[in-house]
Amino acid sequence: MSGVQFPASHEAADRLRNRPDLRAKDPVPALPGTGQGETGPADKRILVSYGFWIYLLSDIVLFSAFFAAFAVQHGASAGGPRMPQIVDVGRAALETGLLLASSYTCMLSFAATHRKNLLWTQIFLAVTGLLGLAFVLLEAQEFFDLAARGITPQRSGMLTAFFGLVGLHGLHVSLGGLWLGTMMAQVQVKGFTTQIVHRLTCFNLFWHTLDIVWIGIFTIVYLMGGAS
Amino acid sequence: MTVLGKLSLSAIPLDQPIPIITSMVLLLVMFGTLALATIKGWWPYLWREWMTTVDHKRIGILYGLLGALMLLRGFADAIMMRTQQAASVGGGTGYLPPEHYNQIFSAHGTIMILFGAMPLVLAFMNFLVPLQLGVRDVAFPTFNAVGFWLTASGALLVNVSLFVGEFARTGWLPYPPLSETGYSPGVGVDYYLWAVQISGIGTLIGGINILTTVLKMRCPGMSYLRMPMFCWTAMASSLLIVAAFPILSATLAMLTLDRYVGWHYFTAEAGGNPMMFVNLVWAWGHPEVYILVLPCFGIFSEIFPTFSGKPLFGYRSMVAATLFICVVSMMVWLHHFFTMGAGGAVNAFFGISSSIIAVGTGVKIYNWIFTMYGGRVRFEVPMLWSMGFIVTFILGGLTGVLLAIPPADFITHNSMFLVAHFHNVIVGGVVFAIFAGLEFWFPKVFGYRLHAGWGKAAFWLAFIGFWVTFTPLYVLGLMGMTRRLQHVDFPEWQPWLLISMAGVAILLAGVICQITQLVVSYHQREALRDTTGDPWDGRSLEWSTTSPPPSFNFAVLPRVESQEAYWRSKQEALAASQAGDAPELEPFEMPRNSAVGFFTAFFAFTFGFAMIWHIWWLAIAALIAAFAGFVIFAWRDTGEFEVSAETIASAEHQRQLARRALMEPKA
Ligand code: HEM
Ligand SMILES: [Cu+2]
Repeated sequence: MSGVQFPASHEAADRLRNRPDLRAKDPVPALPGTGQGETGPADKRILVSYGFWIYLLSDIVLFSAFFAAFAVQHGASAGGPRMPQIVDVGRAALETGLLLASSYTCMLSFAATHRKNLLWTQIFLAVTGLLGLAFVLLEAQEFFDLAARGITPQRSGMLTAFFGLVGLHGLHVSLGGLWLGTMMAQVQVKGFTTQIVHRLTCFNLFWHTLDIVWIGIFTIVYLMGGAS
Repeated sequence: MTVLGKLSLSAIPLDQPIPIITSMVLLLVMFGTLALATIKGWWPYLWREWMTTVDHKRIGILYGLLGALMLLRGFADAIMMRTQQAASVGGGTGYLPPEHYNQIFSAHGTIMILFGAMPLVLAFMNFLVPLQLGVRDVAFPTFNAVGFWLTASGALLVNVSLFVGEFARTGWLPYPPLSETGYSPGVGVDYYLWAVQISGIGTLIGGINILTTVLKMRCPGMSYLRMPMFCWTAMASSLLIVAAFPILSATLAMLTLDRYVGWHYFTAEAGGNPMMFVNLVWAWGHPEVYILVLPCFGIFSEIFPTFSGKPLFGYRSMVAATLFICVVSMMVWLHHFFTMGAGGAVNAFFGISSSIIAVGTGVKIYNWIFTMYGGRVRFEVPMLWSMGFIVTFILGGLTGVLLAIPPADFITHNSMFLVAHFHNVIVGGVVFAIFAGLEFWFPKVFGYRLHAGWGKAAFWLAFIGFWVTFTPLYVLGLMGMTRRLQHVDFPEWQPWLLISMAGVAILLAGVICQITQLVVSYHQREALRDTTGDPWDGRSLEWSTTSPPPSFNFAVLPRVESQEAYWRSKQEALAASQAGDAPELEPFEMPRNSAVGFFTAFFAFTFGFAMIWHIWWLAIAALIAAFAGFVIFAWRDTGEFEVSAETIASAEHQRQLARRALMEPKA
């Protein structure tokens, strides 16, 4: 074992030897502008994404309530159709694919934003929006198909919970689409001002969160619900 | 469907004298105020300085004003309920028709909790948190204004229900299936739903704002364990807001869907589940109580040290207790329905966990008492309210623990005992704290003290009135009287009801003293002026600025080196008997005023009103207009302006003067 190196620990030991201020028992000096108490208020960029992140947490709580309602009611079909009869896993999988892809392009748009590349930011935002639109349209198609078969939320508690949860997510994606359109217009007209970059950050967080929530819906409603 | 949806002239209860007279008076007052403002040419001032303000202190004041008005409105309801019950014993019928009585207790509960207490608590959080943290602003000033204006439009909706249509008859938590369309076809529940939904979103915004402020915007050196206790409790309360209010939004949205489009979340038929509503609504409702009471604990934690001349006893244990309560309060919601058949094991779990909260609260009460112990206690008005609180709250807490024992709850559930208990905690805890805080911070907010004599009178009347009102309710509860009775069948209950009514009269006298105090103090404001910025010998940073503080709070951000930052620096300055050198001034930016809050509220109100009356075109128009407003707002270029060097310098000069005034020996 003699030839084995521990670069990390060597370096760490060296660092500690040369920079005693980094020793574990001394707190690492806080970075300015991060709002860690020692350094004074955080700068705007951190505030905005931090606050928006907290908002997203609250949005996730909102979804949890709808998830909980689904968990309580997914058996309450009141003599009507039951979960396996209404879910179309194939379509839901396609929707999942679209949304995941849109999250990916959204991330690419952000990378372009970071490099201050207007064209690619816009292109990737547009692709994100189109993928989102396709998602919403597929979902609308699903709802209309069901309605055509007489399967509406008014039919039973189970359907209420199903349409409620999926619809809430769809509503979020649609509103996100509106927001995205506004952002594209702003980016085009104003370029990358600080404010706009902050907003793009928030938009990215929002879009990824919707993706995560959708994974939950896909798993719990479509896969587990469809199988039971 | 007509253009006006369900709205027609018959919505105005012309045949009922009480709401009509009340609304006439209200309308007169409102139009009188509007006319006065117009004649005197106040609008530009009001618009510039208040309606578009994004200053956290002014928003705090606005929250306070709204809360105080609504507290009065709720009190008027309380007077009606107490007189009605006392008058409707045996053969008597009282003066309120039953369905009107039901609207009153629903409105009373809703207004007191959501539009009275909640805005008042947010008022303190908004005003104090940045000052105590030594920063110039909250994290999201404009957004904060939106939050306030949404709350205000919710409150407006509730009050409109008084004379256009009706309010819910379901109690302050509209349990289904009673609140479903089948049983409540009128617009009452819809008023409730939209008013609470809109103001709930406002509260959520407020919570996010305060939470971000506390976590990310402390002045240099203000580490977590140097934060004043009030900031800790404001943070805990905001955490609970972020965790609990979305549950409320979801629950109300579900009930709305049930009512508007015939879905089946909570209906009694077709697989709906009313119990789910009860679970969800209390998963919000119980934390809500702590959202209200934690900042109040914070207020007391500032007052006891100040008036005892000692640091808060057990600061760290206070912090721990606050966070403990914060976490546990999310887990005990089920104790609100022990009697609904959850089974012994579940009840036992929730009973025990509920009682555990009392441990956290107990820690706090001991700490307050130990803070006074060995201190030089001054019995000023804020201190009176605080000591009154300790007495009241201990009893309320004890009866609460009693209710948390499932077998006991089976006897006292839904009885007047319960009503007495929660008024015991909520009046003793929240309302007393609000008045304590009002007396304490009034000089900081407006620059002059309140008249102490009237304040003492108000306190004693409220304290005595409180006990005379609610002790009989405990007795009545044990005698078997249930809550929400429009008519009382047992004549032997009447004496107690009469005593309780007399208590309300004493409370009313207290309220009058409180108002008199404000008026008298305003007239004597020159004599009561606070020139030092520190009228009570305070300990935290808000006392280091002038009273009232400049719009940007601090010309130079303080640098904190210990707990009780201001106390320490003041002691050092006094020891050296010099006010310290003039610091170096640097320019900085502050956010511009913005009308976005006001407009959001306008659209929210219009939307809510349109939805209540099924005026679909108006609802859609309001939504579109709101989106347009959003885009326009987003297009604005810069939200900030640089404060001029002279302004900064003159503010700093003022502060130096105040400091010097403080150093001079009292005449
Ligand atoms: C100041 C004197 C007050 C009096 C005399 C009073 C009186 C009453 C009465 C008689 C009821 C029971 C109605 C019934 O069951 O028929 C009631 C219910 C209630 N009160 Fe008060 N109250 C007062 C203050 C407050 C305050 C300050 C709050 C909250 C901040 C509050 C919150 C509530 C709530 C939530 C209910 C339950 C309503 C329901 O049954 O749905 N009250 N009050
Ligand atoms: Cu509770």
